[in-house]
Formats: sequence, structure tokens, C-alpha cells
Amino acid sequence: MAIIRTENLTHIYSKGTVFAETAVENVSIEIEKGEFVGVIGHTGSGKSTLIQHLNGLLAPTSGRVLIDGEDIWANKKDIRRFRFKVGLVFQYPEYQLFEETVYRDISFGPKNMNLSPAEIDSRVLEAAALVGLGGDILEKSPFELSGGQKRRAAIAGVVAMRPEVLILDEPTAGLDPRGRELILGEIRRIHEKTGTTILLVSHSMEDIARYAGRVLVMNKARVFCYDTVDAVFSRAEELEGMGLSVPQITRVCRELAGMGYDLDPNTYTVEAAKARLLTLLGKGEG
Amino acid sequence: MDIIEVRDVTFGYPAMDGAMPCAPVLRGVSVKIAKGEFVAVLGHNGSGKSTLAKHLNAILTPTRGTVLIEGIDTADESRLLDIRRRVGMVFQNPDNQIVATVVEEDVAFALENLGVPAAEIRRRVDEALNDVGMSKYARHAPHHLSGGQKQRVAIAGIIAMRPDCIVLDEPTAMLDPRGRAEVMRTLKALNKDHGITVVLITHFMDEATQAGRVVVMDDGKILYDAPPSQVFSHVEELTAAGLDVPQTTRLCYELRKAGFDLREDIISQEDCARAVARLLG
Ligand SMILES: Nc1ncnc2c1ncn2[C@@H]1O[C@H](COP(=O)(O)OP(=O)(O)OP(=O)(O)O)[C@@H](O)[C@H]1O
Ligand SMILES: Nc1ncnc2c1ncn2[C@@H]1O[C@H](COP(=O)(O)OP(=O)(O)O)[C@@H](O)[C@H]1O
Ligand SMILES: [Mg+2]
Ligand SMILES: [Mg+2]
Repeated sequence: MAIIRTENLTHIYSKGTVFAETAVENVSIEIEKGEFVGVIGHTGSGKSTLIQHLNGLLAPTSGRVLIDGEDIWANKKDIRRFRFKVGLVFQYPEYQLFEETVYRDISFGPKNMNLSPAEIDSRVLEAAALVGLGGDILEKSPFELSGGQKRRAAIAGVVAMRPEVLILDEPTAGLDPRGRELILGEIRRIHEKTGTTILLVSHSMEDIARYAGRVLVMNKARVFCYDTVDAVFSRAEELEGMGLSVPQITRVCRELAGMGYDLDPNTYTVEAAKARLLTLLGKGEG
Repeated sequence: MDIIEVRDVTFGYPAMDGAMPCAPVLRGVSVKIAKGEFVAVLGHNGSGKSTLAKHLNAILTPTRGTVLIEGIDTADESRLLDIRRRVGMVFQNPDNQIVATVVEEDVAFALENLGVPAAEIRRRVDEALNDVGMSKYARHAPHHLSGGQKQRVAIAGIIAMRPDCIVLDEPTAMLDPRGRAEVMRTLKALNKDHGITVVLITHFMDEATQAGRVVVMDDGKILYDAPPSQVFSHVEELTAAGLDVPQTTRLCYELRKAGFDLREDIISQEDCARAVARLLG
């Protein structure tokens, strides 16, 4: 059974006024337990609005959201339960930081879960290490952090709650390349080790190609397609028409394939391109 | 003349609650930027990029050392307005920078605060919107624009002040690929056609490759200051500094390591494909 299911989900902001804006229209998707789903789409395509429904931060204008088969709005008092199950790192997480120290900020979520102090402490330290924050930074005020450091702290706060579904809304915006690798690598490790279901919203086609199993493409409030990485990126021209792109290395491989060389046009990583080229150059391993 | 001269600047944020002063986050930074240059600034999270940027229009002033903007010392408080008129800043989040409910009013906002005459405001707003390719949207509501369009409106608001230099702190971090491309195209045009000096802080290596010069910060110091092809040839050092190189440069580097003869300064897609094709024969 799907861990998350939406049925004809529609969200209209400011419904009934002149400012009415249909941000999500008739979206029906299923996410299986343990999947790693990438979400892409132009700005304003409805990605953030859609995912805020998946833990009940926004309520549908019409349609339903089901988690483990339960309609999350069946009983309004029950909504908190789903917030612990589905953890969401916001698109602008730096505004979620409000405690006196970074340590206390990361422990905020776990504290609300009635865990023992020792358990909270070990989760906070583990989550902080996982996003590359350590030592004296934990005792600083969140206001003293650089942009990228704030973002890391916000991610740690949600990870420390160990939700069954972890949703990250453009988590790597503003991170340096090493931070991006580190955090996405750790998220993949959590995914593999614990079977946590992951939804990753990103504008980086490199990251989506590298980490996601399936890709949901949003376009103008609707689902454009929901398919494997290869199937999605093989529609490069349509993606570009929607304001998206394919990785630079993919474009190089396509250019070479166009010149008649035997390269796979669905090559998304430098490692894959290198392996193929070394084989063609007679230096392949196998 | 140099529009920006940063001379051996050290800076530490004042400690909260009067404890020991914080360790300096800029440690002896010196950099000169000439009028009309397009400079990208790279560096790991916390390396001091934003802190340096804030020194360029006197939001912060050095603990030690000097920052001169067209010869004006930023430590001279009586010249604050002269400095802010010369150097404009654009920040990361497009939603935080827009104040009005109509695009052209937003662009006019700072001019109105300065008491510029209405006719002059009109002229400058029209010009600025034209320069960033947003004239069509003059009467639109900003919150209905895409991220890239919002950032272009924010840039127009700065351009309308007629600065000599714009400093942008990760203006494309929140944008989709098209929005990023729009902003880069706009900045290049402002630089080329209007001679505006551009200082662009970014984590995107492909944007840095489009600058004339790349400054790399590392733990409060300048690690490199050279044209992109030269900076990106330091693949290992950049990786060690928490950074990356464009995928094309990385591929050529890997092939070189495997014993193939490829130049070190390849960054564009076309050059990369051509060089690899030559190897393949
Ligand atoms: N207001 C502040 N008070 C105290 N310390 C600060 C403050 N702002 C930044 N710092 C510290 O100064 C150092 C440099 O921060 P800065 O914001 O300049 O980095 P940055 O290079 O812009 O990083 P990022 O890529 O994450 O935006 C960091 O160690 C940060 O923790
Ligand atoms: N709080 C809000 N109030 C009104 N309209 C909104 C709000 N948040 C988003 N929108 C609008 O909904 C649409 C989808 O936005 P969003 O879900 O943020 O897209 P994405 O995350 O894909 O960029 C956009 O047209 C946006 O302007
Ligand atoms: Mg969003
Ligand atoms: Mg910064």
C-alpha cells in the first residue's frame, strides 16, 4: 500500500476573492513506502503548495490526502499525529529558527515528542553531525550563522525527529558544493539504512538524477509526468520549454552522441560519462 | 580608477552579551575591483562572502584595514549616502525584497524616499524596467511573478538608483534554471551595455565561469583571484576548499588523470565535447 496518496487534490489560495490562485490542480499521486522521489517544476508550479498538504500544514480546497490509507483530515484533532510521521523541511527553513542556541533549535522537535533527555541529546548531536555542524556552532545563536549554516541547522531539526517520511523543499539552495554532497549523501544513507521514504524538491537536475528513483514533474499546478529518471530526462526539450534543464554533462554526452560517438544520451553523472569514455578509449575496467 | 579597494581588512562580529570578542571572520582580505569588471565570489558556507559584501556598501565597517569606494572611506559615516548611491545590494530571497503591490511602484520606492522629482522617477523607472527586460510587467502585481522575474524587479530597483556597482549575494539560489539564466543574462547586459560593475556571490560554478574574474574565499581569506579558466584548473585545491568545478572541467580532469592529454582550462560544453571528440578520433 502506498504510504502517501493524494486523490484529486486541488488547492486554491484566497478562494472566492479576486486574488484566487489555483496552485495545485487535480493531483492524484501515490508514493510507495521506501521510495526516493524527486520533485521538479518551474517556480510557481505548485511544488511547495503540494508538499505542505502531505503533513497537513495546508488543507485541500478539494480532494483528499491519505497516509497509510487514512484520510488525514478525517478527524481534525488527529492532525498532529501525521506531523510527526511526515517531517517537512521548509523551502525557507532559516525562518523556522527561533531558539537561543542552535542546539536548542535542533532539539525543539524531538522535545515535543516526549523523548527522554538522553535520547534527545543523542539525536541532536547525531543530526548536527550529519549536516556538518559541530563544536562551538551548536552554542551560537542562530542569528550568528551564515546563510548556509542556518539551512543546515533547520535540516538537522527535522532529521532529529526521525520521521517515516522526510520531505525536503529545495534543501540545498544556498549550500556550498561540499555541503550539498554531504547532506544529500546522508539523506541517501538514512533512506537506505532505515527505509525512510524521501521526497526531495530540487532545481538541480544533477541532484535529482543522482539521488531519486522516480521523478514527479509539476507544471502550472498540474502533474506533467511522474516516472523514472531516464523516462523524465529523455524529454529534455519539453523540460527546457517549462523552464527546467538537464545536467551539463548530459548535454555534452548528447552532443557527442550527435557526432556519431557511441555514448548513452541518458548519462547524468561525470562518473558514468568517464566510465563510458574510458571504455571507448580502450582503458575501461571490464 | 578602482571602484572598490579593500585593503588588508580584518573583521570580527561583536560578541553577543559582551563576552570575548568573536574570532575574526575576515582575516587580512585585500582586493581591488576596477570599474566595469564582472567579478564572481565563491567560497564555502561561512567563509566570509556575505560579510565581505556588507563591507562594500558600509553595512559593516572593518575592525582593521580600510575599504574605499571610489576613494571614499566606508568608515567615514558622513559619506554613507555617497557610498550607498554608488554600490547597490541585491539579496538571496526575492520575496523579502519586494515591498510594493505593483512592480513599477516597487522600482520607484527608494527614489521616492530620496525625494527625487516625480518626472525623473518616471524616467528612471521606465529605463530600469527596460534594462532588466521587465517593461511588460510594469503594472503587474509582484507576487504573481516567477522567482527570476522578481529578482529582475529587485535589480531594477537598484539600477534606478544609478549605482556604479551592484553587489548580489546569491541572487539565484532560490530560482529555477530559467530564472537563473534570466538573471545572468540581465547582469551580463548591464555590465556590458551600461558599464555597471558587478560583484556576484554564488555557489553555482557555471555562473562563476561567466564572470571575467573569480575570487575564491576560504576561512576569511582569499584563496584565488584570477580568470575562471585559471581558477577552475585547481580542481583538487577547490575540492579541498569545499567547492567544485563545472562538470565539464571535472570530466576533463578525470580523463587527464587516466593518462589522456587534455587542456586544463576547459569549461564550456562546446570546448569539452570538441576536446573529447578529438581524443575519440
Ligand atoms: N551577525 C553575525 N554575528 C556573529 N557572527 C556572524 C554573523 N553573521 C555571520 N557570522 C559568522 O561569520 C562567518 C562568515 O559568515 P558569512 O555570512 O560572511 O559567510 P558566507 O561566506 O556568506 O556563507 P554562506 O555561503 O553560508 O552564505 C561565519 O562563521 C558566521 O557564523
Ligand atoms: N501563501 C500564498 N498565498 C497566495 N498564493 C500563493 C501562496 N503561496 C504560493 N502561492 C501561489 O501559488 C502558486 C504555486 O506556488 P508554490 O507552491 O510556492 O510553487 P513552487 O514551490 O513550485 O515554486 C504560485 O502561483 C504562487 O504565487
Ligand atoms: Mg517552492
Ligand atoms: Mg552568505
